[in-house]
Amino acid sequence: MTREIMVYDVVIVGAGPAGLSAAIRLKQLAPTRSVCILDKGADIGAHILSGAVFETSALDKLIPDWQARGAPIRVNVTEDHWLFLSATNAWRVPSWLLPKPLHNAGNYIISLANLCRWLSEQATELGVDIYPGFAASEILYNDQNQVIGVATGDMGRAKNGTEKSNFTPGIALHASYTLLAEGCRGSLTESLITRFQLRKDACPQTYGLGIKEIWEIDPALHRPGKVMHTAGWPLDNQTYGGSFIYHLEQNQVAIGFVTGLDYQNPYLDPFCEMQRFKTHPAIKPLFLNAKRVSYGARALNEGGYQSIPTLVFPGGALIGCAAGFLNVPKIKGSHNAMKSAMLAAEAVNNALSLNANPRIPLHAYPAALKQSSVYQELHQVRNFRPWFSKLGLFWGTLVAGFELKLFQGRVPWTLKHPREDRARTLKAHQASVIHYPKADGVLSFDRASSVYLANIRHDENQPVHLHLRNPNLAIDVCYPDYAAPEQRYCPAGVYEIIHDLNKAPRLHINAANCVHCKTCDIKDPTDNIVWTVPEGGCGPNYPNM
Amino acid sequence: MKILVAVKRVIDPYAKIRVNADQTGIETHNVKLSMNPFDEIALEEALRLKEQGLASEIIVISIGPIQAQETLRQGLALGADRAILIQTDQDLEPLVIAQLLNRISLREAPQLIILGKQAIDNDANQTGQMLAALLNWPQATFASKVTIDQQRVTVEREIDGGLQTLAFDLPGIITTDLRLNTPRFAKLPNIMKAKSKPLEIIASETLGIDLTPRLTTLSIKPPPIRPKGILVHSVDELIDKLRFEAKVI
Amino acid sequence: MKTLLLLAEHDQHGLKPATLNTLTAAKQLSNNITLLLVGPDSERAATQASAYQGVTNVMINNHACYDHGLAENIAALMADLAQPFTYLLAPATTFGKNILPRVSALLTIAMISDVCEIIDDNTFVQPIYAGNALKTVRNLQAKQVLSIRTSAFTAAGELTSTPAPIDVLTQHPQARACTFINQQLTVSTRPELTSARVIIAGGRALQSADNFDTLLAPLATKLNAAIGASRAAVDAGFAPNDQQVGQTGKIVAPELYIAIGISGAIQHLAGMKDSNVIVAINCDPDAAIFHCADYGLVGDLHQIVPELIEKL
Repeated sequence: MTREIMVYDVVIVGAGPAGLSAAIRLKQLAPTRSVCILDKGADIGAHILSGAVFETSALDKLIPDWQARGAPIRVNVTEDHWLFLSATNAWRVPSWLLPKPLHNAGNYIISLANLCRWLSEQATELGVDIYPGFAASEILYNDQNQVIGVATGDMGRAKNGTEKSNFTPGIALHASYTLLAEGCRGSLTESLITRFQLRKDACPQTYGLGIKEIWEIDPALHRPGKVMHTAGWPLDNQTYGGSFIYHLEQNQVAIGFVTGLDYQNPYLDPFCEMQRFKTHPAIKPLFLNAKRVSYGARALNEGGYQSIPTLVFPGGALIGCAAGFLNVPKIKGSHNAMKSAMLAAEAVNNALSLNANPRIPLHAYPAALKQSSVYQELHQVRNFRPWFSKLGLFWGTLVAGFELKLFQGRVPWTLKHPREDRARTLKAHQASVIHYPKADGVLSFDRASSVYLANIRHDENQPVHLHLRNPNLAIDVCYPDYAAPEQRYCPAGVYEIIHDLNKAPRLHINAANCVHCKTCDIKDPTDNIVWTVPEGGCGPNYPNM
Repeated sequence: MKILVAVKRVIDPYAKIRVNADQTGIETHNVKLSMNPFDEIALEEALRLKEQGLASEIIVISIGPIQAQETLRQGLALGADRAILIQTDQDLEPLVIAQLLNRISLREAPQLIILGKQAIDNDANQTGQMLAALLNWPQATFASKVTIDQQRVTVEREIDGGLQTLAFDLPGIITTDLRLNTPRFAKLPNIMKAKSKPLEIIASETLGIDLTPRLTTLSIKPPPIRPKGILVHSVDELIDKLRFEAKVI
Repeated sequence: MKTLLLLAEHDQHGLKPATLNTLTAAKQLSNNITLLLVGPDSERAATQASAYQGVTNVMINNHACYDHGLAENIAALMADLAQPFTYLLAPATTFGKNILPRVSALLTIAMISDVCEIIDDNTFVQPIYAGNALKTVRNLQAKQVLSIRTSAFTAAGELTSTPAPIDVLTQHPQARACTFINQQLTVSTRPELTSARVIIAGGRALQSADNFDTLLAPLATKLNAAIGASRAAVDAGFAPNDQQVGQTGKIVAPELYIAIGISGAIQHLAGMKDSNVIVAINCDPDAAIFHCADYGLVGDLHQIVPELIEKL
């Protein structure tokens, strides 16, 4: 197949905080280098979903005058509450008891999508070519097994693969270096990790699923800058997770619920956990005279230090959450994503300056990262998440908290993430069914009305982008053994078991509901679902998530 | 033949519409804006005519804020040759839009002007007809098929209950309906090339048109919530309700 | 005295119903209403029109240049006649929408499209954003041009024993105009989805394409209805793509919408929520469709639908 080719010095996949920071740094260092960013969202920020309480440490270094340049970072954290919930009660943890990473003074409540929009303006001003609406669907290699760029997906293919009247073939983007900034569980990143065995020396990555809503609340209850986190109810003692509630500008509140995807009970439903969380007596009042305006979901990395893969491959590097630099107790990753991107950009710039052929590997990047604050802070908190997996909510939190509070992570041991999340899923007969309350239409909702608020655009007449490695496995194994948990872990109702006329079960994939959270790629117990990019511009259109 | 295509920047059709808190307008904060879908169809038709060798130049024009340049750049990336932005921050009425387009038409002398039948924000469905009146040109609105033979343009149009075919000699105006065509995707290299295509910005006040609104918007409200329905218990009861209460059968 | 000129839509058989809906709106604005009928076949409709209560005058113009509702010459004529009138109205049908803006521009008047409520003699409500918002507009122009959303006004029905006089106009101002080539009006046995008065829509609970044919089709025939489908049903191959109602399919607003075996995903509701009367038939009493239905019936559609067909 011959494709039209465009050539750049650097091609970046993904216009999130990492991709944009890398591009900006490159242009700052060498304005004449050609840099382009591809993003599968219809617009910059359309697929960005984060809490987000933002630490400006990386941005201070990237664009020191961000305030003067009108960055959408305006809401200082003014109140910071940590609550433990039981089904009926809430206990506030005094802030003196909390380890330092859990403090938010000096941070800001932001919309990461809006920050990315602003970063993209800064990048464009510097001459970066940014192409939203174009999904990188394939990595391109030369015959020495080096990455030489990416190809964008074809547009205008029908469901059966034939070309529609508006068919537009994808094009090849060739680059000296390719940076993958796809965010958590990127589809190209995963293919590279497999091909170059980048996870050989690291623990498996472990993930969480964050489900988020934005509400417009009663102005009388709105406290701009207020941050609240909870742990405990409605999750059981063995399941990691918790909530955040952030008061943004304009009477808006972001509420999110994260469920660790190493949960064991296949009957657990992260979406329903999120919905019932809002009915807790300590949470409910905020949302009673309020209106839900937005909904979305995204997987996030929780593996931290132990799970960082090899970051470089011939012809490029992984940056940001494609690699996974989220600080779990801090519940923040954007600053680390940006920092890693800046260091990678510096390495790329130096490598390009040498003008060597073949291109030299980017080893300077992981070397610099190991010396940076990113490794330092991830190392410090490395045992936080594994303690929980080992000991559960009560003892895990206690031990991890003490380790962090008393020793700031300076302990001689490093706990492992022994298995992939999917491998922790119990069989249905070993677990008990969870009965979730019905949606009340006031605080809690069903999936369909939620997905509606994700503003999804997805031409239904295109090939299904969710592939089953073995189409029979879903019904032959996953359904009888695990009670088809994809019906529950998918926060968008993509997967449905339908009974035909003859009562035989069948897996129906509503691909057009997909919010690109990647959970199915992570959690399917049989490792049978492969998430790939649909046509460029498809997927959610998040406003200020 | 020179073709002028008018495009409007509107709230994306996939975005949710929300009335703002003081009921004076639609919330546009954090909302994606795109080219009006009917205008995409208009541009696509012009591009096809050019590909058939029937048009020599396609000019896209928009009237709106400076950000409407993005919409015009999209038009250029899709294949238009040059662009004109009549810049204004006011929300202008269709009559004024038609008057401004009329000014540009007199200057540019296109033989064909193609517009979307309506913008999906105000749903007015007026501008094309008004422009045709001001130019004293024939109009073929709600087009579902266009063929051109020399100076003769034949247009099939969607009317209530069927299709009507009209013809006119150039110059003339076409407004597009949904079924006319499926717009293409912009190609990545063309997005690059579009950055260097000419885009002229004209201040709306300089065209000698009175921009003052003639209508006053008093409020914009969400539609009333449907009253709660009832459950009936039998087919007989349902038929009875539909016959005698709702009177729809 | 506020006078009103209403451009009537008609064919050789008589007035179109849209004209009567528009007349109801007109009567809220004026008690001096002139109906204008144009085209060679307007006599029959004019006689009909003169009999309606509220119509003060009827004007007809038989000239061939006004045939087939072509906009250019009709607009020129209407603009010529406009001088004594405060209001110029037409139904917001493809006929009216084609002509009225052209009249408005000839008179340099800002027009209000799709008036769905008349608040007072210069304040009107119109839907915008596909009905997702309602805009209230004040119009202080000396002359007002309004197109009327016909579904928002009932059809005028009251007749008078003293028919209005019919004037035959002879002037025929002309503009550069299109030439009429031909017209094909749909003769399909089923009305088109987007313009049907009644829609029968099926969901995945119908379980097969066969059931669409054997259950929905006879009911649709009985009610002269179009057949629609939910995305799930289309996805499952029970119904063709062009029957899909919903956000990504067709947006419909019939007089009567009967949803059968449709759970009521919000994407579907977005496509039919403006229907005048909604009936839901579903075996799941918790189905979301019941929240927006005027009449809900819980039960097995395989029993209910045949019973409905039999009893209608």
